Amino acid sequence: MDIIFIVATLLKIVFVLGILFTFSPVMVWAERRQSAMIQDRVGPVRAGINIFGHEIRLLGLLHPLADTIKMIWKEDFVPPRADKVLHAAAPIIALTPALATIAVVPFGDMLYLDHLLEILPRTGLLSGEHIRLQVANLNIGILYIFAIAGTGIVGAAIAGYSSDNKFALLGGIRAAGQMVSYEVTLGLSLVGCFMVYNTLLIENMVQWQHDHVWGIFVQPLSFILFLAASIAETKRVPFDAPEGESEIVAGYFLEYSGMKFGMFFMGEFMEVVTGSALIVSLFFGGYHVPFLERNGFDFGQVQVLMPHIAVIGLQTLSFLIKITLMMWFQLMIRWTLPRFRYDQIMNLCWKVILPLSLANILVTGVVILWLQG
Amino acid sequence: MATKLIAKPRHTLGEEAFVPAITKGLGLTISRFVKNTFTPRDHGEIATVDYPEVRRTYPERFRGVHRLTHREDGSPRCVACLCCSTACPAQCIHIEPAEYSADSPQAGYERYPKVFVIDELRCIFCGYCVEACPCDAIRMDTGVHMPASTQREHFMYGKETLMSLPGQKGTFVTANPRHEPGEAGHPGIDREHGH
Repeated sequence: MDIIFIVATLLKIVFVLGILFTFSPVMVWAERRQSAMIQDRVGPVRAGINIFGHEIRLLGLLHPLADTIKMIWKEDFVPPRADKVLHAAAPIIALTPALATIAVVPFGDMLYLDHLLEILPRTGLLSGEHIRLQVANLNIGILYIFAIAGTGIVGAAIAGYSSDNKFALLGGIRAAGQMVSYEVTLGLSLVGCFMVYNTLLIENMVQWQHDHVWGIFVQPLSFILFLAASIAETKRVPFDAPEGESEIVAGYFLEYSGMKFGMFFMGEFMEVVTGSALIVSLFFGGYHVPFLERNGFDFGQVQVLMPHIAVIGLQTLSFLIKITLMMWFQLMIRWTLPRFRYDQIMNLCWKVILPLSLANILVTGVVILWLQG
Repeated sequence: MATKLIAKPRHTLGEEAFVPAITKGLGLTISRFVKNTFTPRDHGEIATVDYPEVRRTYPERFRGVHRLTHREDGSPRCVACLCCSTACPAQCIHIEPAEYSADSPQAGYERYPKVFVIDELRCIFCGYCVEACPCDAIRMDTGVHMPASTQREHFMYGKETLMSLPGQKGTFVTANPRHEPGEAGHPGIDREHGH
């Protein structure tokens, strides 16, 4: 374990957390502005900073900042008969999986420190220091994500249980039931992908898509099922029965105020960011840019050679743009659909998505065997 | 007792499969989103008005704060007949009439309001005073609603305040002509030629 590895890992962690902590406030803004645009309104545009007599509003981007300042200064109310320790721990438990999941998502190709300004050959390993642009390179790959995402249930359930409030308890139970159910389909819907990519490592899946074709074209059904399951895992509309305002006020985080509520709120948006990053990596080629090889663009006849550092920069940029588009799409879905009833959520999970993912596995297996002859 | 059984509505396969229906819904929301995001504000379909900076003009018949209309010479058209204060259901108009000086052509024929106060807090903005006025002297066409204040005195609108408010079109007079004594169209009634 040398010094370059440690420094590089720290920088990667800072970068990835930077993505999460900048994207999630922007998501708060985007959710409000985007819904306004869909519904012929203007949305929040008024929060401004007065600099030398000029009011700077930045299209309302300062609203999340104002919200945060408000939430920090709000009273931190704990119900008198709540379980104080669990009540304080639940937001942290809920936030941790959202932060931890993104560790295995790669945001760029292998970075060769000694050849930054050179034009690399298309394939093959090179000498010298190399850094994988991914916080943790785990050999269990995507199973890590399922394991971490599984602990997301705990935060919501504990929050509901410890609040000493019947609505919160109902919300916690609903969250637990829904997330345990969709955990199953979340994993099974991806098995078809594993079979096609022939790997469990996300970086290898991205590489496969770079070598062949984007995953959405080989596993479209898997994409739809996984998208539905991941929205259900983030507990957002149309799967937001755990926090259904019209039935149980605010569900499991009903008794939270101030920044503890803010952590649940932020955690939800971070889950959307990580979910988008995962979907992009699994189905939309991850950091892969169309026609971009390791030595530059290749359009068949025309070739544009580029130094290694520019290629890596383009890849990371394309990854961020893809995430942004995916989050935009998830917000679009959130503002298009009404909420499912709880029994509909369960029916959809066990009677539709689960059989379909099993059928997808079967068909994928048959096709793979048939192609192999 | 016969019970009428109503068949449970069946969904088509397309609706059950969600994806076509969701695609249709997404088509609607995305088209609205694109339209509203990429059209300039004043050409788009967003109805929101940036209120303090931009104000929607009230319709012509909106009953706003009262004003006392002017004659050509800038004096009030009001002849202090007390019709408005009599008609007022909220009893918010207080008028103290006074006679013109003896050398004025109006002397003995009409009066003027020495004091004209409307308590805008008591006013219910019914418009009866405007209906009752025989001279078109009081109007509610200023197009402004009552500005807020923390002090009761600020809502006692005196003669000067009421005369300083223009109509929504910016004029202090009205379109109805007023015929002074001696002019054509004047009924010719004064102290000498009474009923």
